[in-house]
Amino acid sequence: MSVAATDPKLGLKPQAYLRSLSRWRVTEIVFWLATLIPYILFPDYLALASQIAVAALFALSLDLILGYAGLVSLGHAAFFGLGAYSSGLFSKFVWGEPFTGLLVGATVAAIVGYASSFIIARFRHLTLIMITLGLGLLLAEAANSAHWLTGGSDGFQGIEMWPVLGLFNFDLYGKTAYAYALGVLFVLFLGARRLVNSPFGLSLRGIRENWVRMPAIGAESRAHIRTVYTISAFMAGVAGAVLAQTTQTVSLESISFQRSADVLVMLVLGGAGRLYGGLVGSVIFMIARDQFSGIAPQYWYFWIGVLLVLVVTFLPNGILGGLSKIIARWRSK
Amino acid sequence: MLPPVFGVLFDGLAYGMLLFVLSVGLSVTLGLMNFVNLAHCAFAMLGGYVTVTLVNQFHWPFLATLPLALVAAAAASVVLERILYRRLYRASDLDQVLLTIGIAFISVAMAAYFFGTLQQPIQTPEFLRGAVDLLGLGLGKYRLFLIAVALVVTLLLIAGLDYTRFGAQVRAAVDNQRMARGLGIDVDRTFAITFALGSGLAGLGGALAIDIVGLDPSFAFTYLVYVLIIVSVGGLGSIAGSFAAACLIGVSDIAGKYYVPELGAFLIYLVMVVVLMWKPAGLFGRR
Repeated sequence: MSVAATDPKLGLKPQAYLRSLSRWRVTEIVFWLATLIPYILFPDYLALASQIAVAALFALSLDLILGYAGLVSLGHAAFFGLGAYSSGLFSKFVWGEPFTGLLVGATVAAIVGYASSFIIARFRHLTLIMITLGLGLLLAEAANSAHWLTGGSDGFQGIEMWPVLGLFNFDLYGKTAYAYALGVLFVLFLGARRLVNSPFGLSLRGIRENWVRMPAIGAESRAHIRTVYTISAFMAGVAGAVLAQTTQTVSLESISFQRSADVLVMLVLGGAGRLYGGLVGSVIFMIARDQFSGIAPQYWYFWIGVLLVLVVTFLPNGILGGLSKIIARWRSK
Repeated sequence: MLPPVFGVLFDGLAYGMLLFVLSVGLSVTLGLMNFVNLAHCAFAMLGGYVTVTLVNQFHWPFLATLPLALVAAAAASVVLERILYRRLYRASDLDQVLLTIGIAFISVAMAAYFFGTLQQPIQTPEFLRGAVDLLGLGLGKYRLFLIAVALVVTLLLIAGLDYTRFGAQVRAAVDNQRMARGLGIDVDRTFAITFALGSGLAGLGGALAIDIVGLDPSFAFTYLVYVLIIVSVGGLGSIAGSFAAACLIGVSDIAGKYYVPELGAFLIYLVMVVVLMWKPAGLFGRR
């Protein structure tokens, strides 16, 4: 990558390099403080804000495999949907404690992710795209036909949540929901941040750049891909579970191709291969969708299409990539 | 008297022929350039809407609109190839996927804007309606017509690829692009022409599909999945492979819907995943 080539940190020792990557910057702290703004300025939009937090977590999970390991997936919604349905089923039939529900949803997604990672790690390029698409469609079709379990196209109803930590009820205005979603997002973000700034994260980037050569320096590509794919499935499962718990319903849309495509758009819009890419992208995408679909819902995808064409043609590294280029140019003057 | 299983087989074959016409262009262009074109069915949809408009608004005969559907889709693809696709020939899979998904999204929204989201009605000519009786089986005349068209297309394609100079250039470029360039073949030009031809065939397929599967703005994505399945199962750049895969998918889809309707589209996705795991380059793929 050209960005890495001009990075002044490259002269450092490996440990110092990784430590310098994981140091907190002011912009990051400002970003996370800014996530609290909806409570003060837009109390009517807290439901949207928690949807954004869910989308951001989902985009972050895709970023791990797509942005860092370079695996293009068109079926990532499979894990989102698995997490949503299994945590929904758990809270309907077992108990409604939120955190255990979260863990159940994520574990189911991670198990399926681990099983499918053995297939994923064998393929690249078009075959990989087709396999992820095929597996995603298979699961979506299964959720549709298992009407007795998932409610099929009518949606899954009847989730009853207990208060978070036994104290905070999920209220109508979404105050608890947003705090809950944001808290989960932040904790998992910390995990992802630790992961990508570790030696493991570096070898993922190596796999992205050249997966044939990585085994030669002792990083077994396939084993790494299996690990990161499972972690990514786990995070996507958490995102789905949070959506199921905060909206207390699961629709087929949560496992559909549409959602896989949406999350891809969010990530690429913000900038793949950057921790904040998916986060920024999902904020812009969700707010734009909220505003546009108020005007003409059926033409929302026209603008998404135009946006995609423009991003690919003019902003190959997304909004954050474009910004950092501008900043780098400004600094060098 | 033949048992009904032959009727299912016949419908499946006719459906497979339709899928073949829709997908063969993508197979060849993917084999040539490795360009992942997810907007392929948007061109098919364009062909479909051209036919619908000419038949319903201008009262053209159905058969006369078919060449126009082909030409319109080919022309649109040439324009897009010049403006957008050309920049991304050597870009990553991801960029190609994103650009072409973007184009497909735009086409869906534009179709919804101009034609509404309802299914488009189509009037096929008198002699293509009804069925021919064969040993107690009712064979749809339109489906027979479809099979005939697909066979003619296949023969033309095979003859064109095997016996013309241009066909030899295409084969050379599919086999080894760098070597073909080294021999002085203008691969980019070959690709542009093949791309236009393939999109044109998709347009023809879209027009032919209206009577069988209907036409609405979601066509660009619904059939994209089928087309991609056929291309990846059949193997890139292989006409015979696409033909075999289209028959396989067509028959298993129709048979699945007829005998185990509760499975829905589950069966063909399963067929695809199993074939790809067994042979990642497809049934007839060489890479």
